[in-house]
Amino acid sequence: MVRDFKSPQKSSKRISWKDLLTHLILSIAVLLVAFPLVFAAIKATQDSSQVVSSHMNPGMSLLDNIKTAWNTARLGQYMLNSFVVTVAVTVGKTALSLLAALAFVYFRFPFKNMVFALVLFTLMLPTELLIVSLFNLITDLHWTNSYAAIIVPFLASATGVFLFRQHFMNIPTSLAEAARLDGCGSLRFLWHILIPMSWNTIGALAVIQFVYVWDQYLWPLVVMQSEDRQVVQVGLKKLIDVGGATDWGAVMAGAVISILPPLLIFTLLQEQFSRGFALGQEK
Amino acid sequence: MTQTTTENPPTQKKKAQAAPPEQGIFKSRLLPWLFLLPSLLILAVFLYFPAIETLRLSAYQSSVFLSTERFVGLENFIELLSSPVYHQSILQTLVFMAITVTCGIALAFLLALLANRPIKGAKIYRLLLIYPYALSPAIAGTLWLFLFNPEIGLVNALLGSWFHIKPRWLDTPFLAFFLVCCAAIWKSLGYNVVFYLAALQNVPADTLEAAQIDGAGSWQRIRCILVPMLSPMTFFLVFTNVVQALFDSFGLVDILTKGGPVYGQTGITSFLIYQLYLDGFANAKTGFAAAQAVLMLILVAGITVLQFRIGGKQVHHGA
Repeated sequence: MVRDFKSPQKSSKRISWKDLLTHLILSIAVLLVAFPLVFAAIKATQDSSQVVSSHMNPGMSLLDNIKTAWNTARLGQYMLNSFVVTVAVTVGKTALSLLAALAFVYFRFPFKNMVFALVLFTLMLPTELLIVSLFNLITDLHWTNSYAAIIVPFLASATGVFLFRQHFMNIPTSLAEAARLDGCGSLRFLWHILIPMSWNTIGALAVIQFVYVWDQYLWPLVVMQSEDRQVVQVGLKKLIDVGGATDWGAVMAGAVISILPPLLIFTLLQEQFSRGFALGQEK
Repeated sequence: MTQTTTENPPTQKKKAQAAPPEQGIFKSRLLPWLFLLPSLLILAVFLYFPAIETLRLSAYQSSVFLSTERFVGLENFIELLSSPVYHQSILQTLVFMAITVTCGIALAFLLALLANRPIKGAKIYRLLLIYPYALSPAIAGTLWLFLFNPEIGLVNALLGSWFHIKPRWLDTPFLAFFLVCCAAIWKSLGYNVVFYLAALQNVPADTLEAAQIDGAGSWQRIRCILVPMLSPMTFFLVFTNVVQALFDSFGLVDILTKGGPVYGQTGITSFLIYQLYLDGFANAKTGFAAAQAVLMLILVAGITVLQFRIGGKQVHHGA
């Protein structure tokens, strides 16, 4: 009985103390986490003398810095290349994974489990591990310096196949039965019924793939010898490694610009992302 | 993503999930293979073939300049495993991996728990914590390179004016190693927080409420309910973070420290992947680099097996 006589004042006080601590820790964490980007954004607006000082007031040189990076350092071309490659890979991976998951869930065929294991095993083979022989292969195909070299090897996705398969297995089979009885083929079933039911998974996957491809660095560095097809991640490095003094204002402007596309995709698809990753949970 | 495919422990009741249609709903012999063909073709040509080719190359001593190949058997491996440089590189990589994976995941777990609480402005906190996910290792390296530049970097400007010290962040071995670890943890935080938040959103509120009514304190609720419930996610994150530490760290190291500064036998931030790149492309020792790739593959496989041994049994699946 005594326990029920807690004064309401006391309990609200305790809760607010907890909330206060939460705010405090989160504020410190957010400050530390966000600081490098805020710093880059401010430095991108300063002129060449301010940028190397400890001044942290926004300057007036943002447009000049962007112009320098965009034209002189060819950032415009690099951004376009990154964009073409990333969109192609993201769309390709999604389409190929959907088709493969359709085969795994709605068909019966010999060696099914073995094929699925072969697909999953590729999670253990990051491209970085294979750069030496992959480079030889691309050279033999005469693909060096082409978009194909940084698009085609990435078109299949074990993660995608796995996620779509999980998701399809949670969809009642009666739907597919009914579709088949109505004389609807498997591809039409995929297009008209499965895809509209899978937007969350598609969105979640698109975010992961977009960020992954956009942020690739080692493979393009190795395989792209020419400037025209280079991606923005490697392009920025060229801006740092110029002979003489680095134009840090332009580098920071370039860094901030190159972060925008993945950040935008992420912000737009955040809801789908959270819903699409109900890992190991009942839906 | 592999953890949810592991068998449920037999003690658990099977979930009343829609069983996969084993008999196959659509009947066709050709169609499933047709649907699988594009994926399998890409995987065969661009993953399995290069993997086998890497195995083959590791037994040859090849020179790109002379375009010659000479069969040497296990010589590359023997040379690697007896090389003090390689020993140090393995050790550095393992230390880097242990520090970044454990700190990165623990910190993310704590921050995700806090950001998941119903407080004012939680959404803004979440967004600001998550944004480094979209940032590439190369860009992370670029920002830190400028921030910690000993002459013109902001960090030293502040340290200089407050404490009159200007640490040589990038050319003092242990400072550089520490800096790369911090940058990697900072970079991985967004990714880990995103996934933990997604998992937390799926924890049924009534479970926690029931525990609260039963008089479980916050600490007990975290330890006895949230940690086990999030264990599949932790399991997945350990795997992805290990892969990130081993491979994605390349961009960060290449821009921030270029594998340096030299300490003992080699650069203190010359991790395995950086060493592989140097030998394969800068030094054009293809066979030698292929042998390193094989050893790295064995390392990844070993860590995965170990993870399933240790964690696989304790992972709590579903509700």
